[in-house]
Amino acid sequence: MTRNGRVLWIVGLLLALALAGIVSFYASSQPDGLEKVAGDTGFLATAEDHDLAESPLADYGVDGVDDARLSVGLAGVLGVTVTLALGGGLFWLARRRDDEPGSSAPA
Amino acid sequence: MPNVHVPDGFINAGTSVGAGALALGTMAVAVRRTRDELSERMVPLAALTAAFIFAVQMLNFPVASGTSGHLLGGVLAAVLVGPWAGAICVTVVLVVQALLFADGGLSALGLNIVNLCLVSTLGGYALFVAARRLLPRRLVDRDATTVWVAGVAAVLSVPMAAAAFTLEFAVGGNADVSIGTVAGAMVGTHLLIGIGEGLITAAAVGAVLASRPDLVHAVDTVDRPLELRPREVLA
Repeated sequence: MTRNGRVLWIVGLLLALALAGIVSFYASSQPDGLEKVAGDTGFLATAEDHDLAESPLADYGVDGVDDARLSVGLAGVLGVTVTLALGGGLFWLARRRDDEPGSSAPA
Repeated sequence: MPNVHVPDGFINAGTSVGAGALALGTMAVAVRRTRDELSERMVPLAALTAAFIFAVQMLNFPVASGTSGHLLGGVLAAVLVGPWAGAICVTVVLVVQALLFADGGLSALGLNIVNLCLVSTLGGYALFVAARRLLPRRLVDRDATTVWVAGVAAVLSVPMAAAAFTLEFAVGGNADVSIGTVAGAMVGTHLLIGIGEGLITAAAVGAVLASRPDLVHAVDTVDRPLELRPREVLA
């Protein structure tokens, strides 16, 4: 990556981390569209508990961290990091190989 | 709880399994097509797009009394890194949300992937492509057009996902509720949320086009008039 590209990428990542780690605390806690509709029309009760509801990060908070802001923020940062790693790994494996026939790059 | 995807229990097992199969098929195609579409140079951007989508999906904004919405990011991802890589971005986010944060049921993962990846991301992108094909050539070449069309496709992509859920509910909903009622409420609410999605998508696409148009996959695919640069021709 060019240096400019690298800087831009880091800025993008910092933005994602700031959004998930700081701004997320201020997100609306109103039920989202699906939950609201389910409640209003009468099928909300059929929702089952999540199989992993006991997970330490369930519901975007870190178990054991009492400060709400820190709890949500940490969960957000973790989520961004895991997604970046998982996505990065997958895309690396699924990428176009430029030495394969059919690519336009010089052999 | 900042965001809610389909939990376990809304939709019965048979429909969930069917959706799971459809989701797997979609992902298989997406991985295959990404091999053609995603250059090595674009891998970091694709990974960052996935991470970015995770982040923005945590940001619920109020849309109407007692309701919130959040950005989905599917059309945005498709426009930036291509539809198939974009589809993978959304699915990775859904998997992380379901496994790590108990957001979106495990048995409902197939449903969520069908609604948000197949219908919303790929379907939304299909609208984007179709709209560009219908517009006159000289308009399509303009960045402003890309921004507008991406924005409109993004607006529609959200009620499209809601419609897909309604279909799943009609086929396999576990509660006895009138489909018409559900359809009206789902599509109406999500059209409102879609407006937010469209605005944010348009702003993001506009920003990237203005600074680094080379990072926008959707613009690569528009034929630009070839420029002859003598020095390069001789090299």
